Amino acid sequence: MLSASYLHIFSAALFILSLKWMGEVKTSRYGNWSAILGMITAIVATYLAFPFDHVPLMFAAAIIGSLIGIPIAMNVPMTAVPQQTAISHAFGSLSVALLGVAEYYQRVPHVDPFTMAVLSSEIILGFLTFMGSCIAFAKLQELIPGRPFVYKGSNVVSLSVLGVAAALAADLVLHPERQILIFAIIALALVFGFLLVMSIGGADMPTVIAILNSFAGISGAGLGFVLNSKILVVAGTLDGASGLILAIIMSKAMNRSFVNVLFGGFGAVSSNGNGVNSNRPQRTVKSYLPEDVASLLDGARLVVVVPGYGMAVAQAQHAVKELSAILESRGCKVRYAIHPVAGRMPGHMNVLLAEVQIPYSSLLEMDEVNPLFPEADMTIVVGANDVVNPAARTQTDSPLYGMPILDADKSRSVVFIKRSMNPGFAGVDNELFYLPQTMMVFGDAKKVITDITSAVKKN
Amino acid sequence: MNAFPANHIAVDFLVFVLSAFLGLELVRNVSRLLHTPLMSLTNAISSVSVVAALIVMSEPRKTDSIVLLTAVATALAFVNIVSGFMITERILKMFRKEKKN
Repeated sequence: MLSASYLHIFSAALFILSLKWMGEVKTSRYGNWSAILGMITAIVATYLAFPFDHVPLMFAAAIIGSLIGIPIAMNVPMTAVPQQTAISHAFGSLSVALLGVAEYYQRVPHVDPFTMAVLSSEIILGFLTFMGSCIAFAKLQELIPGRPFVYKGSNVVSLSVLGVAAALAADLVLHPERQILIFAIIALALVFGFLLVMSIGGADMPTVIAILNSFAGISGAGLGFVLNSKILVVAGTLDGASGLILAIIMSKAMNRSFVNVLFGGFGAVSSNGNGVNSNRPQRTVKSYLPEDVASLLDGARLVVVVPGYGMAVAQAQHAVKELSAILESRGCKVRYAIHPVAGRMPGHMNVLLAEVQIPYSSLLEMDEVNPLFPEADMTIVVGANDVVNPAARTQTDSPLYGMPILDADKSRSVVFIKRSMNPGFAGVDNELFYLPQTMMVFGDAKKVITDITSAVKKN
Repeated sequence: MNAFPANHIAVDFLVFVLSAFLGLELVRNVSRLLHTPLMSLTNAISSVSVVAALIVMSEPRKTDSIVLLTAVATALAFVNIVSGFMITERILKMFRKEKKN
């Protein structure tokens, strides 16, 4: 038992080092390997210290889990990493929640109040994260519509469900022998998780995924308290802290609070954005062809590409890479402007562009790239919208007001590749469409960029 | 009697608070380039909850339902351990500073 504790300290240190090494690309792979070593140490130490029955069953479970995990990891396309992450939050939180239930049955009817309080909170958090992550997966995989499902009083209904679950949990703390309550709590937690994520729109998924990540970690830490296992507390808390930081970064990048993301129903059809814009006179945009863009690219020195979720949907990242390769071969610098909430999970655009072998030194964060826009001959917006809307700077009545944006409007020309004039996620018109230097090119992002590339080649 | 008895709940809280501050500082310094692989990595790390499954399995009272719940939880955690580390490795391999040639 004692040596297991020391080995667990060793693996905790490896997990901490892992996050430290994950800080920069250079050392990141050591980070992964150090976590792998920490995991093996923790499992082997526990296995040696706690002799248990049903060894073949446990081995079979481990092998089945691995056999499911390997093909997922090998085959998931990089565009689908957000939904893969969502489903793994579902697995992780369900695993922890089931262990909480198992531990409850181990101890019932003699569960001290502290343990029962932690167990029931952990079970609520685990099951709500499980259901919430399943819904997030379904939205990201487009099995269900991504728009927020809200109705009058929807927040009151969801919070009441959570409130009843908390009240039943309090009763369970006083009367741990009332086993039926545990089922009621599980059911209510599932319903709350369902309602919570159903009411959140598709483009808020980066924040939602980060929050669910945090919840999954914290429920694991709770189980550590119950089982007196420090390694679980450390690993769960690190995961919880990581999800929390990512969620804070994401909501800051949208100039919104957590509460607003979770309960704001942002992007619902009822959002006042359309009303605001309908008061203004109807404006027209100028539509151009890929050939027009190509002729303007002739002699360009600096081009900035603004990728968004639409690039992933159209699978246009390879086409983008080809265009930038031909531009660079002609002495034009190409840089990528990555808004923190571009895509469907934190850092998603970086992964897609790294996959097509664009060096990460060309992938610039908002603060680095914004000073470059005034020098850029052209900014090409591929599948992004709200993150380049200048209304966020000036229009106090816009839902986007105050959100930090990429200053695409400051470059000499802007090419906006879009399938249609539909507004972005926030439901508001984009001021950028109507600027004199803006060229709208309508069509599928992949096809448009491929056409621009071949037109550039001909010039 | 010792004024500060070794109460495991108090020690757990201490570990929790220290890990939380450490985690917040560490993750704050992670490059934004790496937020996606960071998430798949922390997912895998938090699946150290298999340790909990082993502990539950070693406890004395085991009904069939406890054994079943624990085995399912173990399988789910292993899906995350294996896929989490493998996807992290796949993503990290793609990041390169300059062009290959």
